[in-house]
Amino acid sequence: MPVVAFFVALAVGAVILLAAHFNPLLAYQAMYEGAFADFRSFTEVLLGATPLICIGAGLAVAFRCGVWNIGGEGQFYVGAVAGTAIGIYFQMLPGWILLPSVLIGGVVGGGLWAMLAGYLKGRFGANEVVTTVMLNYVAIIGTGYLVSGPMIEPGGRYPQTVQIARSAWLPQILPPTRLNIGFVIALLLALALYLLIFRSSTGYAIRAVGINPEAARYAGIKVNRNILLAMAISGGAAGLGGAMQIAGVTYRLFEQISPGFGFTAIAVSLLVNNNPLGVILSGILFGGLSTGSRLMQMNVGVPSVLVNIIQGLVVLSVVAFGAYRALTIEHEE
Amino acid sequence: MTILAFAGGVLAATWRMATPLIFASVGEVFAERSGVINLGLEGIMLLGAFGAYAVTFYTGSLWLGVLAALAIGLLLGLLFALFTVTIKANQIVVGVALNLVGSGVSGFLFRSIFLNSDFPSLNIVSFNNMSIPILSRIPFIGPVLFQTNMLVYLTVFLVPLASFLLYKTSFGLSVRTVGEHPKAADTMGVSVSRIRYVCVVAGSMLAAVGGASLTLAFANQFVEDMVSGRGFIALAAVVFGAWSPWGATGASLLFGAFYALQLRVQAMNNVLLPYQFLQVLPYVATILALVSIRNRAQSPKALGVPYQS
Amino acid sequence: MTNPILRMENIVKTFPGVVANRGVSLEVARGEVHALLGENGAGKTVLMSVLYGLFPPDSGEILLGGQPVSIHSPKDAIDHKIGMVHQHFMLEPTLTVAENIILGQYPPFAVLNRKRMGEVHDRIRRLSEEFELAIDPVAYVQTLSVGEQQWVEILKVLYHGADLLILDEPTAVLTPQETARLLKFLRDLVQKGMTAIFISHKLEEVMQVSDRVTVLRDGQVIGTCETRETNPRELARMMVGRDVLVDLPRRSSTSGEPVLVVRNLRVRDARGLPAVKGVSLMVREGEIVGIAGVSGNGQTELALALAGLSDDFDFDEIMLANQSLTKKQLLNLDQFQTAHIPEDRQKMGVILPFSVAENFVIEEFRGSRFSRLGFLRRQAIHDYSLDLVRKFGIRVASVNDEIANLSGGNQQKVVVARELERHPRFLLVNQPTRGIDVGATEFVHRQILEERQEGTAILLISTDLEEVFALSDRILVMFEGKIVGELPPDRSLLEEAGLMMAGNRR
Repeated sequence: MPVVAFFVALAVGAVILLAAHFNPLLAYQAMYEGAFADFRSFTEVLLGATPLICIGAGLAVAFRCGVWNIGGEGQFYVGAVAGTAIGIYFQMLPGWILLPSVLIGGVVGGGLWAMLAGYLKGRFGANEVVTTVMLNYVAIIGTGYLVSGPMIEPGGRYPQTVQIARSAWLPQILPPTRLNIGFVIALLLALALYLLIFRSSTGYAIRAVGINPEAARYAGIKVNRNILLAMAISGGAAGLGGAMQIAGVTYRLFEQISPGFGFTAIAVSLLVNNNPLGVILSGILFGGLSTGSRLMQMNVGVPSVLVNIIQGLVVLSVVAFGAYRALTIEHEE
Repeated sequence: MTILAFAGGVLAATWRMATPLIFASVGEVFAERSGVINLGLEGIMLLGAFGAYAVTFYTGSLWLGVLAALAIGLLLGLLFALFTVTIKANQIVVGVALNLVGSGVSGFLFRSIFLNSDFPSLNIVSFNNMSIPILSRIPFIGPVLFQTNMLVYLTVFLVPLASFLLYKTSFGLSVRTVGEHPKAADTMGVSVSRIRYVCVVAGSMLAAVGGASLTLAFANQFVEDMVSGRGFIALAAVVFGAWSPWGATGASLLFGAFYALQLRVQAMNNVLLPYQFLQVLPYVATILALVSIRNRAQSPKALGVPYQS
Repeated sequence: MTNPILRMENIVKTFPGVVANRGVSLEVARGEVHALLGENGAGKTVLMSVLYGLFPPDSGEILLGGQPVSIHSPKDAIDHKIGMVHQHFMLEPTLTVAENIILGQYPPFAVLNRKRMGEVHDRIRRLSEEFELAIDPVAYVQTLSVGEQQWVEILKVLYHGADLLILDEPTAVLTPQETARLLKFLRDLVQKGMTAIFISHKLEEVMQVSDRVTVLRDGQVIGTCETRETNPRELARMMVGRDVLVDLPRRSSTSGEPVLVVRNLRVRDARGLPAVKGVSLMVREGEIVGIAGVSGNGQTELALALAGLSDDFDFDEIMLANQSLTKKQLLNLDQFQTAHIPEDRQKMGVILPFSVAENFVIEEFRGSRFSRLGFLRRQAIHDYSLDLVRKFGIRVASVNDEIANLSGGNQQKVVVARELERHPRFLLVNQPTRGIDVGATEFVHRQILEERQEGTAILLISTDLEEVFALSDRILVMFEGKIVGELPPDRSLLEEAGLMMAGNRR
């Protein structure tokens, strides 16, 4: 089903391309080549997939708990900020302490940011879609403030920080490509979250709350606590992605640190029915779309934001198929 | 600048800044009262803004631009209703998808049509302020209330009309029942689907006009992500306004005040706060608003639940 | 029959997996009260829903006054002067009586101004008086009692000029006194020339009020009789297909120490209004205390509070197994060996998309038996499920199937099995046989009696008076949030129970 949904989205995208006087076949071909034609591009795909897998796996946990965390973007930012701060202000620490601290800082930052929304939902019934989106803006604006103010590089002309300490950089695993160990960490994270959701008792509780909070409560499961936990995990995963983006790719913090990873990750998770293992493949797929779209823009002139449209279409497509299937297995009243 | 002048300036801007929110939130009141929550308002507003911009750019006519926005709102509303009412998909997910599509399509079309082009200028005409004779000369209140543009004035008619429709007509009664107890409406021969389609489409069209007001009445050009979360703020206005048109309008004015405050203070150079602290105000205000309403018993009982007939 | 008002011929209606009506034919004479009798799931409501246009039949014809008609929606039915009073009220509590009645009857942009509403109110008042009711058209439905709401449903139908009324289990929520009133009303109706189709599963009422009765079973018509030419035993046999055991075998047992003692429990409902207003009771070892009452008198809130699921409650004292509980302890009942069979199994008792096995361990999954180091012990869960399925005779293809695929009766068996396997000292049972077939009902009753033999203290809440009388050692009657009386399970006191349930006796 995900495969069909994806191709339906591509088909509709082709129609839009035609309407804008582009040749869809050329466009998609360029996209494919840009992503998978040679090994180096492929490592770029994996590099781009890393944040998507991190955030996406976290979203899978949240969505399974019935919490609509649209704040992956903001949680990513907060994680990046936390990671950068540790990487800069604690650089006197030896690498084997500093690097893990950067990553843990990212997890904690993102986790707390998400827990805020989770708490507001549990205590005040505040709609988490609206609160997480609002927190996105706060995080992004806050980051903008930090990189042009307190954290700006000395003598700064550009709104960005200094680089974090060299000892905190994620080691590259396949030089001369940019691919770093963050990708492996993302894979392990996805695996861990998969085991959590489907094999652990915590995951059972989270799933129960997501499907039927009343029955969960009756069974003695603490609903609000699980919502908070799911948000913490979700935000922590996104924050980890943010910290790894700093420690592995950009090495410093600036305003547009994410081109919308948090939103793409929503499509990533929904495409595979919120399964963290599936997120790995889905993340690579969307990473491919993104990387490939750069070549597509260069060679064929199609704006790379086409990818955003395809993301949205994928979600619509998945939703349509899922609902169609649900309708045809109607139960009697 | 005197305090009075400052306050006057903020108030004048408040109604203007609230206008997109008023359109979108009043529209959403109808949708939610009928039981459908449309989280895609952001995407609809963005496409409405872009569509109005593009049409006005090419035709030079502002009202054609508004018409374009209405048409876009109609199409998107039908699409959303198709997915949520007929296919009965999860309303939250469809809304999120609509946002993704909205930002993608508007960005895509803007770049391929306008940015890649060699138009000398990307500006368009915009609605000018119209002063109402005599009334606009009243000290203090005059400039605040009676010296603004057409789209803002439209809200004056929109809100009472919406309230009248919802509470005083047979249609409004059907809408309210469909949102609370759809089965009761169904057994009386009221078509739940039809009511929801109408409300969703109407809400979408209003939201699109709200988006259009951003390009046609404030900025006179299009900027990607110019809606900047207003779609979500409109959703919060509906909740904060207890699902009534007047309430949503009041909430929109409140949020509008924060935008206005932010603009005014930014314009004053001798302020200690970095501008980001002000930029963030509307979003923080929204969160606080949502937190302040403890009793959520007022939300329509069937909100968010697809109806299986 | 010459000139029947209604003829339904060979109605077939299937839903996925179920044939609800297999070629049902029905004839109703003008001016009669025609009863449709059958158990849960026999197809009575489906048949009438087809007549009322709620869904179309797969095949078959409907003839009104000899003419074939096609009814595609409730609006068509209303136009044909058919009205339906539904089992679950189709009223919106936050609207007034008048608003509920005129819903959908005016064109969309008709203005509901004072003048028009005034006319509506007058018309409602006149109708109300004509039938000796006292319904205030401007009252909000949520302020009316259940019985009054029933009358609003009926007024709604009369207002739109129905001359063929369908009433679906109208006495399900009424006290015996209100029931008598309703049955008299039906006779009055037909005297005025209208016709009524009366769906019920209650033999005595059918015998009392109907002229003819059609019995349905498993989607088919078993037969149609003149009421005065038949008797309850025969009707019951037609309904069920075999002789029904009216009395369950019950061995007497001596009750022991009090296990649950409740003093002055006060509970508020979801809206914050007081629902339980100072209830005190006691349940001993090996005793079944039944709480009888019409639904909506606080039973739901009482059960929720005692199960530790309520947010808003207070008490002077609650003792469980000689231990006085604090509020906090009541909310964390896990350690107290209590079990709860909830009122609404689909909402609370099971998680539909989970497998049968997963549903068996919904309360125990964190314990060391079913999880280790945070991970679920799937084999242990699987074995446990197989064990329970065998022990309790639950019909299921595989324990890994979604529980949603099981019938209501089997789902309830899962819930019962799960709860009883905890070997509780105190068992709270709420509407245990609602919406399940006869076989499963007998099973559940037997299990409850066996638990009693084992010495469990059982509190049984049920709106089914027969069930309460059949199982309980002592019966408490609940009305408007208070215990208004206590009775022994003597069948001759059924009427007295009814009076208490309506608040007529102290």
